[in-house]
Amino acid sequence: MDLAVLGVQNQRRRTYLWLVLLTVATAASLVLGISIGAVAVSPADVLGVIGHRLFGLADGSWSETTEAIVWDVRLPRVVLGLCVGAGLAVCGMALQAMVRNMLADPYLLGINSGASSGAAAAILFGFGAGLGEHALQGSAFLGALAASLLVYSVARTGGRVTSVRLLLAGVTVGYALYALTSFLIFASGSAEGARSVMFWLLGSLSLATWGTPLLAVVLSTLLTITVLTMLGRSVDVLALGDETSLTLGISPEKLRTGLLVLVALCIGILVSAAGSIGFVGLVVPHLARRAVGSTHSRAIPVAALMGGVLLIWADLVARTMLAPQEIPVGILTAMVGAPFLLILIHRLQAAN
Amino acid sequence: MITGTNLTYAYGNHRVINNISLSSALGRVLGIIGPNGSGKTTLLRLLYGALQPQEGAVCIDGKPLSQLNPREIAQQLAVVVQEPYEENAITVGEMVLLGRTPHTPPFTRTTAEDHRLAADALERVGVAHLGHRSFTSLSGGERQRVLIARALAQQGRHLLLDEPTNHLDIRYQHEILALVRSLSVTTLVVLHDLNLAAQYCDELILLDHGQVAASGTPEDVLKPELIYEVYGIHAIRHQVADHVHLSFALPPIPTLDKKGPYL
Repeated sequence: MDLAVLGVQNQRRRTYLWLVLLTVATAASLVLGISIGAVAVSPADVLGVIGHRLFGLADGSWSETTEAIVWDVRLPRVVLGLCVGAGLAVCGMALQAMVRNMLADPYLLGINSGASSGAAAAILFGFGAGLGEHALQGSAFLGALAASLLVYSVARTGGRVTSVRLLLAGVTVGYALYALTSFLIFASGSAEGARSVMFWLLGSLSLATWGTPLLAVVLSTLLTITVLTMLGRSVDVLALGDETSLTLGISPEKLRTGLLVLVALCIGILVSAAGSIGFVGLVVPHLARRAVGSTHSRAIPVAALMGGVLLIWADLVARTMLAPQEIPVGILTAMVGAPFLLILIHRLQAAN
Repeated sequence: MITGTNLTYAYGNHRVINNISLSSALGRVLGIIGPNGSGKTTLLRLLYGALQPQEGAVCIDGKPLSQLNPREIAQQLAVVVQEPYEENAITVGEMVLLGRTPHTPPFTRTTAEDHRLAADALERVGVAHLGHRSFTSLSGGERQRVLIARALAQQGRHLLLDEPTNHLDIRYQHEILALVRSLSVTTLVVLHDLNLAAQYCDELILLDHGQVAASGTPEDVLKPELIYEVYGIHAIRHQVADHVHLSFALPPIPTLDKKGPYL
């Protein structure tokens, strides 16, 4: 019996190759992402500071300012970029399988609209002031949570969470909360506030500090990547359709509901920390599939690293392009992502 | 053996399956035939547990389906259903390997044995050369073969197929059914084409409005008077080699002044 006919070994090798390549790229991006900026820091100093802080290695020649820039400003920012990019990519991939639509993205469920409403309430009306220094993220997360619950309960009416119901519920809740955010902006009558909300809506990593929001992002992203990778085979089956899932022994509704909880929580946390950064969750899954195929146990880790690297570099451009002014990274990802998606769609059609 | 006893299923008040009993015999091919809307697919879905009957019960080898979870059912029954597969870059090899899902607990990886069974299944249905291809790039006949290979990799003792010859050209229709027949697995197949049913099934169940209009060998079931009663079309019966064959003719078009079933 020739096992090569399955072609699976080949794909495994290719996946390992990609993972090695992407791990190197991630490490390089982390260092360069810290090194490059308004004040340039040499990669050696970057590694020195991190080594010193993490492992107590010997003090180097760098100044205290350099240490502050590396450790307090840029490191949390690239870590946030890495995790948000990775999280958006894998959540997008999971949602594309859950609703069996390649154009699904993490914002399909209207979770970002909920977060926006929460963020707008915090920025414009001081909502969530009791949450202390992280009032914005906390309030955005409450909004995201409310939106997720709303989507879930709307999708549940009729008892079955089907992909179409999930889509409809997400779109409906998304529009309703988008309207709420717009209303809040108008009701506040504050031009400066409106600009802040706008900046937040477009997505930015500028809020990154060492603190609870970053910790939540790191943990939820790691959890989501791990679970999705390990459940890869079930997700593969779900992507084939409900009837097929059932005949292969997987209850599509239970799985979809479980994935919904996992993904909605992760998206809620990501969006509260970084706003609605678009296109990463839509485009990166396609890139990952092109690289290593559709099998989720392989495509999820690859998508995670691709998304992370992509967002670190997008953020780097966002904060240096018009320096000293910073542009929302969401604008950049959309500018790069949209034409990219067009090319992908074109190639997909050509391949068929 | 799959047995259904006094199965009844209704969508709202509309009974689509009305007190049907049937059983598949070991190693034989049982065909389910009937007009559109007669309940063929619903009956099949009851048999593999996608729907729960409102009355009656389905048993697999004596064990009630209602006492088994989806995974346990999938270990016994391999089902080939029609679902649209769009924009999915999954390869043929991966598709067949997914047939091992019911035997691979969640959070675990496939074993070398799973790979051997999947490769074996691909070869058995004659598509080993397609393993690396994307499933959606295949022709209808090739896809159907791959799905049958997946069902084989699933190693169920029973094979259920819902209109496996749909949208296939005449050669593929025969190839697929000849393949299914050659597998010597207990098989239940929903078919539209009566002549294909006559040629490839050992036994037939003819459904009409959710009830069994006739059951037995193709010779017993495919009688012109019965066919006219159920389908409203005249049939002329021939004997071709070792099986019956039907030719069809519409009833004469009724005139407007007569009160007939067509007015």
